[in-house]
Amino acid sequence: MQDLLYFFQQLINGLTIGSTYALIAIGYTMVYGIIGMINFAHGEIYMIGAYTALIAITGLAALGIAWLPLILIVALICAMIVSSSMGWAVERVAYRPVRGRHRLIPLISAIGMSIFLQNYVHLAQGSRNVGFPALIDGGFNFGSGDGFQMSLSYMQITIFITTLICMTALSLFISRSRTGRACRAVSQDLGMANLLGIDTNRIISATFVIGAALAAVAGLLLGMYYGSVDPLFGFIAGLKAFTAAVLGGIGSIPGAMLGGLILGVAESMTSGYLSGEYKDVISFSLLILILLFKPTGLLGKPEVEKI
Amino acid sequence: MAANNFRHALFCAIITLIISYPIIGFNLEAQGINVTLTGADASTVVMVLLAAVIVFLFQLFREQIMGGLKSLPHPLPQASKEPMAENRRAKIESWVLTGIVVLALFWPFFVSRGAVDLATLVLIYIMLALGLNVVVGLAGLLDLGYVAFYAVGAYTFALLSQYVGISFWLALPIGALLAALFGLVLGFPVLRLRGDYLAIVTLGFGEIIRILLNNWTTLTGGPNGIGGIPDPTLFGMEFGRRVKEEGNTSFHETFGIAYSGEHKVIFLYLIALVLAVFTALVIRRFMRMPVGRAWEALREDEIAARSLGLSRTAVKLSAFTIGAFFAGFAGTVFASKQGFISPESFVFLESAIILAIVVLGGMGSQIGVVLAAIAVTILPELAREFSEYRMLIFGAAMVLMMVWRPQGLMPMRRIHIELKKQE
Repeated sequence: MQDLLYFFQQLINGLTIGSTYALIAIGYTMVYGIIGMINFAHGEIYMIGAYTALIAITGLAALGIAWLPLILIVALICAMIVSSSMGWAVERVAYRPVRGRHRLIPLISAIGMSIFLQNYVHLAQGSRNVGFPALIDGGFNFGSGDGFQMSLSYMQITIFITTLICMTALSLFISRSRTGRACRAVSQDLGMANLLGIDTNRIISATFVIGAALAAVAGLLLGMYYGSVDPLFGFIAGLKAFTAAVLGGIGSIPGAMLGGLILGVAESMTSGYLSGEYKDVISFSLLILILLFKPTGLLGKPEVEKI
Repeated sequence: MAANNFRHALFCAIITLIISYPIIGFNLEAQGINVTLTGADASTVVMVLLAAVIVFLFQLFREQIMGGLKSLPHPLPQASKEPMAENRRAKIESWVLTGIVVLALFWPFFVSRGAVDLATLVLIYIMLALGLNVVVGLAGLLDLGYVAFYAVGAYTFALLSQYVGISFWLALPIGALLAALFGLVLGFPVLRLRGDYLAIVTLGFGEIIRILLNNWTTLTGGPNGIGGIPDPTLFGMEFGRRVKEEGNTSFHETFGIAYSGEHKVIFLYLIALVLAVFTALVIRRFMRMPVGRAWEALREDEIAARSLGLSRTAVKLSAFTIGAFFAGFAGTVFASKQGFISPESFVFLESAIILAIVVLGGMGSQIGVVLAAIAVTILPELAREFSEYRMLIFGAAMVLMMVWRPQGLMPMRRIHIELKKQE
């Protein structure tokens, strides 16, 4: 019984982290699906979202507003606006001018952008990590009084529900709306979509904006969950989310969700049963193994090399 | 059109405000567990507003400004300019290079200790950049975990000297060969991946090595690192005040000169110089050998190269292994220079800096890479008050290079034969 509870605890922790990875992974996978590049600066956009949310929360607290839902919603909206603008600007400045050149050129440009954004926040906000107030605390406990107790915190429930809402909204947007349909068309064949009168530049911008907005949601959630942010906080998270995207099959949105959950569970099982220090090693090894043996991921389409 | 232009300019200015004001205009200050928010001072706010105005004006008059810039003469040599005749160019180049090396040999005896120390670091970066240049510039394989091989070289020397008591000269080939072995073992499975996947896998590999070094405390000392790495010796002569090892003599006693701490620094510099020149010459040879041509052929067009009978795996693997070999070389020199190493010296940022050097210098071009290594290492030292902006400028420079001059400052010129022009 004890062991079972422990197992479920790891499962819950894993799914919590995994669902936020999935939110970030969407940004990678959508961008890759459309223009075939890895948006290396995506992790930084997520970090900026977390910082903006923290700034908004502290600002509201300073103004004396204490009603929790209002604080969260305002922080979320601020983070989404700033991150989306950042995503738009990054695409405009660093990616659009190099689009269509040799494959390595946009990638190097993206790495440069990532370093730039990291240091931008570092210079403006300092390199120390800043505490993120735990706005949502408490939770349910399961298990007998003595021995291991499994806990499901309200924060974790919030993360599940928010992620679920975002994913549903995104799926509806992609499948029903006009822009969503255009997105799918562009990701199938950019040139043809352009010929048929779709403003592909606009759609590519929209992809960056959507991805950045979802990353900002993840930034707020993970910031609250971990309890602190620092300028390097986006790098590892971005790498993990990229792993999740590749795991699920890059270019596929359901794949990113699935990949995020699997990666989160794998990680929390590693830290629960082996050692917390090696959880990053596990996720990177997972990434290398997937790329070697199934580069298309779980739900991805095989890519045919055209000559 | 004008109204459209105005709307776009306004939109860009507003975006600029949104992305800069919240982050720059407010400072989070941690006091214990509480976080407080303070507004930035007025000058910062004015700067942010000014930036927005500049963006607005630039976008509004974009066409005129771009038109004006186009009509200016190009400041940098154009790649399309006719290259000099091959043998004349090679002659000039080799004379210039020999001159620089001779100058570099005598230079340390006239300058301060700090300058020589910095120059040693520059030479280490030159070695690293030349090695990465083979992988990225010539073979077109984006390796984001290059620093892992550097770490292998450095840790090989540190661990072997700690446990076996090995000397620098023995560690140099062992470190380099071990790094090459790591390159071979990693490269074999991953080199069939496409360009950007390869980048991510190597990045993951670099992180794995760093995390292992950080957590395997019993062997590597974890974050505390390894200290007491011996200095190199000259034919059994040590450079310390007193001889540490039985059977060795000390440099100043043998030659009957007064002890000076500078001897060691200069000696290390000279070793680094010799190794850097060695690296450059070996890679230069490789570039002209069939395998070097094969690297470039594969980079330019993989399908065409394969259809002409080149083995993709063998060619890529050779580039990867040779690159790793020189990283191991540089790592050993680095460990000896510092006398202490820890995983902190081998973070991803280091890989990014080396990559930036290769990119800024012009992928494939050796002279360009050497100049870029010098610039990237020395410029931040010269402008100390801007040193905190170093990485910011780095990132921006990488983006701007890719946008404006993806071939780098001094792009590699093809070696080719020209027909004589008719009179």
